Amino acid sequence: MSDAASETASSSDPFELKSSAITVPVLKLFDPDMDRITDLLTTKIEQAPDFFHNAPIVIDLSALKTNDATVDFALLVGLIRGMGMIPVGVQGGNPLQNEAAEMLELAILSNSAGRPRPRPKPRAAAPSPATEEHSLLVTRPVRSGQRLYARGGDLVVTAAVSSGAELFADGNIHVYGALRGRALAGVKGDTSARIFCRKLNAELVSIAGRYKVSDSISREHWGDAVQVYLIENRLVVEPI
Amino acid sequence: MARTIVITSGKGGVGKTTTSAAIAMGLARRGNRTAVIDFDVGLRNLDLVMGCERRVVYDFVNVITGEATLNQALIRDKRCDDLYVLPASQTRDKEALTQEGVGKVLDEMGKTFDYIVCDSPAGIEHGATMAMYFADDAIVVTNPEVSSVRDSDRMLGILASKSRRAENAEEPIREYLLLTRYLPERVERGEMLGVDDVQEILSLDLLGVIPESPDVLDASNKGEPIILNERSDAGQAYTDVISRYLGEDVPHRFLEAPKKGLFGRLFGG
Repeated sequence: MSDAASETASSSDPFELKSSAITVPVLKLFDPDMDRITDLLTTKIEQAPDFFHNAPIVIDLSALKTNDATVDFALLVGLIRGMGMIPVGVQGGNPLQNEAAEMLELAILSNSAGRPRPRPKPRAAAPSPATEEHSLLVTRPVRSGQRLYARGGDLVVTAAVSSGAELFADGNIHVYGALRGRALAGVKGDTSARIFCRKLNAELVSIAGRYKVSDSISREHWGDAVQVYLIENRLVVEPI
Repeated sequence: MARTIVITSGKGGVGKTTTSAAIAMGLARRGNRTAVIDFDVGLRNLDLVMGCERRVVYDFVNVITGEATLNQALIRDKRCDDLYVLPASQTRDKEALTQEGVGKVLDEMGKTFDYIVCDSPAGIEHGATMAMYFADDAIVVTNPEVSSVRDSDRMLGILASKSRRAENAEEPIREYLLLTRYLPERVERGEMLGVDDVQEILSLDLLGVIPESPDVLDASNKGEPIILNERSDAGQAYTDVISRYLGEDVPHRFLEAPKKGLFGRLFGG
C-alpha cells in the first residue's frame, strides 16, 4: 500500500490511536503520614504555583514501607485535587489501594511499560449503588464496615452512621442522625463542600483532603449539631 | 413455607447457641414445627446444648453432599415432638457449606417446617455468611459492651448487603436486637452499657433483654435449653422473647436490679 493511500484512509477517520510518551510528574510517597504530606505539598506548590496548577500527576506507592492500606486514598486524592493538581493515575499500589484508586476514577498504571495490570474482578454486590452521577439518599442506618460514595453529588443519610462506616461524596454530606463513622466530602477536590450532621461523634471528617480525626475535633462541639467547612484551607467545625 | 431465622452476632461467646436452643424450643412448644441447624461446622456445640449429642449419626454436611437424607440426619427432640435438630459436622471445615447445597437443604426443610432457626458461628467468615444468606429474620445477639455492639453493627451491615433478599432486591431481612448477659446492677453503676445506649447505637427493635444468670451455664451443661427452666429469670426472659417475636405485646422485664428486701439488706443478700 502506498503512502498516499494510507494518508487518505486516515484523513477520513475521525481519529487515530497512537501511543505517545508524555512526561508527567510523579508523586512518590515514602511516608503515609497525611499531616507531613500536606505540609510538604503546600510548601512545594508555594514555590512554583504555575507549574502545579492544573498539572496532571501520578501517585507512586511502590516505595511505601508499610505496604498496607494506611494510605487513605480518598484523603490524598482530595488533597491533591484541592490544591489544583489533577491526579490521573496510581502505580505500584497493592490490590486494596488499587481498588480505592479505581473508586476515585484514577487509572491503574503499570510499572513495566506497556503491559496493563490485570484488573481486579469487580465485586459481586457492591454496597454502593452510586454508579451514575447524582446525589445519593440513604434512609437506613449505615453500619460499621459499609462504604457509600455519592459520585458527582451530595450524600444524604436520614439515619445514623455507625463507627467504622465510611461516607464519601464529591459534594456535601448530610447526616440527619448521629455521625459516628468517617465522612469525606469533596473527595474530588471541591473545597466548597461541607459536612452537616445532627450529632457529631465522627471518627474523621474531611473536606477536599483536609481532615480532622475525632481526637483533634474540639470537645466543645462534640455531640452537637454542626457543619464542617473549609476557610483558607483550615477545617472549621461550627454549631448550627 | 418456613420462616428462616438466623441467630448471629459477629462476636463469640455472647450467647448465640444458648439463644438458638431457647428460641427453637420456645417456638416448638407453641406448636410450631421447628428445626434448629448448627452452622458451626468444625466446632459444633448445639447438640450439647440441646442434649442430643449421643444421638448424632449424620450431620448437615452429610445431607449437603448427599451421603444422608434429611430425615436420617434430623434428630427429633425427646421433650418436644415439634422440634428437630440438624447437627454440624465436627470433622469437616466450613467450606463444605456451599451456597447451592445449603439452599437446597433449606428449600427441602421449608416444605415441612414452620420455622428454621440457624445458629451462626462467630466471625464474618464463610460459615457465618452462609447462615445468614437465606434468612428472613435475623436476631442479633449482643452483650452490653462496646466491642460486642460494634461487631453486631458490622453484622447488620453484612445482612443488609450480602443476603439473598438483598441481592434479589426483595423486602429486607427483619432485624431484631437481643441483649444478653445483662447485669442491671452494673448498668446502674455505669460500668455497662444500658439498653437505651445499645438501642441508640444500633437503632434496632428490641426483642428482649436476657439477664446474666448462673442458670444458663447450668442449663447448657445439662443439655436443657434455658427456656425450659421456668423458675429462672433468664428462662422467663426467653419466654417473653418468643411472645414478642410472635407479635404479642409483652413489657420488658429484668431491666432493673432487684430491690433488696429487709432480709436482703440485713444479711447482705
